[in-house]
Amino acid sequence: MIQTFSILVENQPGVLTRVAGLFGRRGFNIQSLAVGVTQDPTLSRMTVVVDGDDRVLEQVKKQLDKLVNVLKVSVLEGPEAISRELALVRVYAPPSQRAAIQQLADIFRARIVDVARRSLVVEVTGDQDKVAAMMSLLAEFGIIEVVRTGRIAMARGGRQVGGKAMCNAQSKGGTHDGEGLLRRGRGSRAPAGVQGGCLGVREPRERAGAKPEG
Amino acid sequence: MRGREAIWDSLIDLGVETVFGYPGGAVISLYDAMPTAIHHVLVRHEQGAAMAADGYARATGRLGVCVATSGPGALNLVSGLANAFLDSVPVLAITGQVSTAQLGRDAFQETDVFGATMSLTKHNYLVNRVDDLPRVLNEAAYIAQAGRKGPVLVDVPRDVMDAEVPEGADSTPRLPGYRPRQRGHPAQMERAARTLAAAGRPVILAGGGVKWSGASPLLVRLAQKTGAPVATTLMGLGTMPAGHPLFLGMMGMHGTPAANGAVQECDVLLALGVRFSDRVTGARESFAPSAQIIHVDVDPAELGKNVPAHIPIVGDIRHVLEDLLPLVPEKRHDEWVSRVNSMKRPGADDGTAVRTIMALAAATEGLARSDDLIVVTDVGQHQMWVAQHYPFYHPGTLITSGGLGAMGYGLPAAVGAALGCPRKTVVLVTGDGSLQMNVQELATVVQERLPVKIVLLDNTSLGMVRQWQEMFFGGNLVAVSLRGPDWVALARAYGLAAWRAGSPTEVEDGLASLLRNPGPGLLHCPVPPEENVLPMVPPGESISRIIVESRGGAT
Repeated sequence: MIQTFSILVENQPGVLTRVAGLFGRRGFNIQSLAVGVTQDPTLSRMTVVVDGDDRVLEQVKKQLDKLVNVLKVSVLEGPEAISRELALVRVYAPPSQRAAIQQLADIFRARIVDVARRSLVVEVTGDQDKVAAMMSLLAEFGIIEVVRTGRIAMARGGRQVGGKAMCNAQSKGGTHDGEGLLRRGRGSRAPAGVQGGCLGVREPRERAGAKPEG
Repeated sequence: MRGREAIWDSLIDLGVETVFGYPGGAVISLYDAMPTAIHHVLVRHEQGAAMAADGYARATGRLGVCVATSGPGALNLVSGLANAFLDSVPVLAITGQVSTAQLGRDAFQETDVFGATMSLTKHNYLVNRVDDLPRVLNEAAYIAQAGRKGPVLVDVPRDVMDAEVPEGADSTPRLPGYRPRQRGHPAQMERAARTLAAAGRPVILAGGGVKWSGASPLLVRLAQKTGAPVATTLMGLGTMPAGHPLFLGMMGMHGTPAANGAVQECDVLLALGVRFSDRVTGARESFAPSAQIIHVDVDPAELGKNVPAHIPIVGDIRHVLEDLLPLVPEKRHDEWVSRVNSMKRPGADDGTAVRTIMALAAATEGLARSDDLIVVTDVGQHQMWVAQHYPFYHPGTLITSGGLGAMGYGLPAAVGAALGCPRKTVVLVTGDGSLQMNVQELATVVQERLPVKIVLLDNTSLGMVRQWQEMFFGGNLVAVSLRGPDWVALARAYGLAAWRAGSPTEVEDGLASLLRNPGPGLLHCPVPPEENVLPMVPPGESISRIIVESRGGAT
């Protein structure tokens, strides 16, 4: 099973190594990993796509939770998550093929970002399926080079992943925008007793707003 | 105040009195600022410093601290830190590092200690700004001792040690990502209590977590109230007093037939502060096949890691047992207890080595019963003979390298234990292979005037490896024969008293001399090289498959 973990970490040196090292040491299989700073410059978000069985995925979450610099681990999956990848594709494009590629790019809302004498660079953004579909269509023209990012993901409908940090900020009297954070969420998934600290506290989930696929 | 002074101030504020270390270029200024309130123990190798800090922490329950210089000094700590990590021991390591201007330039004695120790510490730091130093030290000490304990390393570049700490630098720990859970979830506790109440063949398995949380008296009460017999892991020895009618002994690869048999046959297994290592479970798929497992641990990641937990409970064992005791009904399981007691066997192997351990047990029985004795072991056959045959009556009275199985641990750990508990008698049982791995610490023992009593079982071989070669590799003995030094002469050369015990009566006399002599001493006990540790479960097999006799089959 493939699962997307959204990991909120302290933005400190060594944190990426710590997380990546954990995956390596415990034999967890990373499919992709993306890191970037959040709205709070002291925090970063890692999105890690992992392949494993139920036991492995549960261990991934628990072992990540154990890391001192990790504030919050959540699983983003299914229609409740928005996920995006970006690919830059250099495709073989003699002048006779340019129009066809341009047309294809338009259909996929991809962009042509560089034009050379016999090739084009196409920038495609979307979920995994869309990027894969675009790639397979471009393959017919001849792909010269591909550069892809890892997946990034976010929950739909106002749910904010970062309860632990915000919770802490609140307990220290800090201000934050996590409205309703201290209200009990509905039915917790993990067996009771497995959750620690603020992990069990989450904002009641709004009905997932179905967004049209971009 | 400079960084180096802030380090000592923080340690003193944390209640640290004893530090194990070895100076070098990157920590000279730290040593220069050492206050007289700190007792610095100069070891002979940094591995000894880390292992002595570990032994000190196990003996006292307090933070053990070690110091080393950059590069080779820090790297020599590594086995000791890994040892503390696998056995969950609170150790704080402070290492010097080349100055921040030199970092990354392969400077003299520069190594990436932060990277090298990341996977074998509970947490670690490289402190680049002096402003962070007081806070980091407090955080490190807190993390080492909170929840599931473990080693934390703080790497400090020398210019950070020399820099002025700004007025009002905040030393309050900032750990939004770390908050261990103390109390078990009430609903889970009730499920556990109901399951225990309904059990027909319950067994309690106690591990190191029981010792670290101070839950040993509660464990005894719970066993008596529920009528459940108790097995322990190696790390749990002492949490249930030897000789208690409900105590089955240690379980696992070298466990007793009663302990292994009870766990395999039980219908409810209450596992307290154990991590179900492979040495405990044997083949996982056939472990405790009919048991509902109630697994209590302060570290949520242990629950379901190696064996499935039907009722997982996250919490400190002491708190959980306090809450659980009132919930469980009083019960007796006479038939079940007599069934498991019938599996107990008298010691199948009464070779020279085991007889020596039994003689040691007899000679130290009074001290052991009154909690005035700490037994430290090294790693190998002698370690298992002690675990099987020495009776432990109090938690924390056996100090041994469990998870890492690090030969050479014993002598430095005994140094740490003797410094931490000066009023207790510290006996080190070691082997000729293990003792030679850190034999240089005999000098530390003498310099610190530590009355460590060393019982050396010398079979002139690497006995455990030889036993495996004999049992599982067709008797092809490779690289296991050890020609040792003249041990009595060696011990005396370091300044210890020393005796040789070639026969059983000499063992008794020798033990008497060793224990009576006020200073450190070594009793050299030659042991025939062919003696094996039995019972034994072959590696990777079900713990039901116990080999109890040398040439015998399985039962």
